[in-house]
Amino acid sequence: MEYLLNLGILFSIYGVLALSLNMVVGMAGLLSLAQAAFYGIGAYATAIGMTELGLNFFVSLGLGAVINIVAAGIVGRILSRWKSDYYAVVSMGFSIIVFSVLLNWKELTRGPLGIFGIPKPSIFGYSIDTNLGFLMLCLFILGIVFGIYRWIDRSSFGRAAKAIREDEQLAQVMGYPTRRIKSILFGLSAVVAGVAGGLFASYIAFIDPTTFQVKEGIFLFTIIIIGGLASSRGAVLGALILLSLPEVLRFIGLPFSIAAQMQQIIYGSALVLMMVFKPKGFLGKYRM
Amino acid sequence: MSVSMSTLPRAIETKGLTKTFGGLRAADALSIYFPSGVATGLIGPNGSGKTTLMNLLTGTLEPTEGSITISGKTFEVIEPDMLRDLKIARTFQDGRLVNQLSVEDNLLLAIASVGTRAGLGEIGIAGYGARVDAMLKKIHLEAHRGANAEDLSYGQRKLLELGRAIIQDADIYLLDEPFTGLFPAVVEQVAELLGELKRAGKTLVIIEHNIGLIRRLADNVIVLDHGQKLAAGVPEDVLKNKRVQEAYLGV
Ligand SMILES: Nc1ncnc2c1ncn2[C@@H]1O[C@H](COP(=O)(O)OP(=O)(O)OP(=O)(O)O)[C@@H](O)[C@H]1O
Ligand SMILES: [Mg+2]
Repeated sequence: MEYLLNLGILFSIYGVLALSLNMVVGMAGLLSLAQAAFYGIGAYATAIGMTELGLNFFVSLGLGAVINIVAAGIVGRILSRWKSDYYAVVSMGFSIIVFSVLLNWKELTRGPLGIFGIPKPSIFGYSIDTNLGFLMLCLFILGIVFGIYRWIDRSSFGRAAKAIREDEQLAQVMGYPTRRIKSILFGLSAVVAGVAGGLFASYIAFIDPTTFQVKEGIFLFTIIIIGGLASSRGAVLGALILLSLPEVLRFIGLPFSIAAQMQQIIYGSALVLMMVFKPKGFLGKYRM
Repeated sequence: MSVSMSTLPRAIETKGLTKTFGGLRAADALSIYFPSGVATGLIGPNGSGKTTLMNLLTGTLEPTEGSITISGKTFEVIEPDMLRDLKIARTFQDGRLVNQLSVEDNLLLAIASVGTRAGLGEIGIAGYGARVDAMLKKIHLEAHRGANAEDLSYGQRKLLELGRAIIQDADIYLLDEPFTGLFPAVVEQVAELLGELKRAGKTLVIIEHNIGLIRRLADNVIVLDHGQKLAAGVPEDVLKNKRVQEAYLGV
């Protein structure tokens, strides 16, 4: 039971992350590799907020959101002149910078030692210290993010974003301020990824910088490409598939050391096969 | 008649408009105007700079030099996202649609709110249903409203692109070869739609190689050659012009 709860919590957190990435990659065709950075900023804001500053979980989430808005505001504005290759390279650069700040600003983050003893959230004095309670919280937040995604997806703003991903200049000719639209989606996606980071930090109770490297951003890319680009259900399905995979490998009895290698190979092959045979992913609404 | 053209208000006027690509002068000190409420045919041989001019007028290319005056306001640089406010709609020679969006969404894109808050407040077809229905009927795509634009035939794509411009209810229409490659029946449909715009008093700029269509639709003609203005005026006069015949009609 605890095992399933654990899986469910991680699935929800990655569902939120995948939705946040689909807001930029799927909706607007922005190839962002910055997601791990915002995820990390959210996690560290919650960790430091709750341990050092003694803040409530939700206030810490707000702190992370503010930091992410400022960071994404600056980076997003620079990125907004591009869409694909340059976007990927520059956003990856940002992700690397954030990782090295987390690693090296030891006074703030304790560097490679990480931060221990991050408490569980409490609401109105009730501490959410059971896994069931925490799963409820995660699913609740996943539900809200899912709703936000679908709202944007069906709105005129979302339609403009989808025009941008195929032909930004055409969207401009139709009257849309495309750079602003790209920046707004980037900022929103950063905030959402930060919330996932806060949940993760509080759940795991210990974080260190290694979780928030560029490769985590690439893993999220894998999730949405396999689950489905530009689709809210696809993002969630992708998270479900990719998080269950290691469990499946374990279930069929592969020793851990082999399973870990196999997992990478399977992810990689799945990506290649998807791009070749099903470029929209399982539930996708857009192919790159 | 050509005298009366010059006395009409000018929807668009350029002064010394120039665009160079390396050593090539694709637009060469163009000082021309498009009279308001008139259909102007923009003609000239392949590579004479017709599309380049249209791109400069819509901000999809930045001029090397010169200025553009639209409805009385003068610009050195035009950004494409100003076009909606300037009430300018355009089509492209290579037919640009959002391929992975539906026919309906391609039309909605042209009229939905551009502001963030307003745009987020409009869900789905919002209040635009009647306009979209009417346009789908006009361009004979009612049966395809949910189809992706990429699944349309060439002629349907041309009609959708024109419909996307018309639904904007702009004042000025810049149309880059709206007839090229169409079957005669579709040519008639497009001619019909342009006729309607003319009757509504819109300003039209039509790039077209077919002189018959120009004679039929345009009341004013501008001839470009090597990025320069070769002639301008009423079609009968301009098409009789010796230099035009040499450069363009190959006579
Ligand atoms: N982006 C560009 N880069 C370099 N050269 C260009 C570019 N766009 C146009 N040209 C050149 O500028 C000249 C004018 O091209 P343009 O497309 O405006 O001609 P056109 O009159 O529209 O021709 P057509 O009737 O074939 O459509 C051509 O020599 C073309 O090769
Ligand atoms: Mg052309």
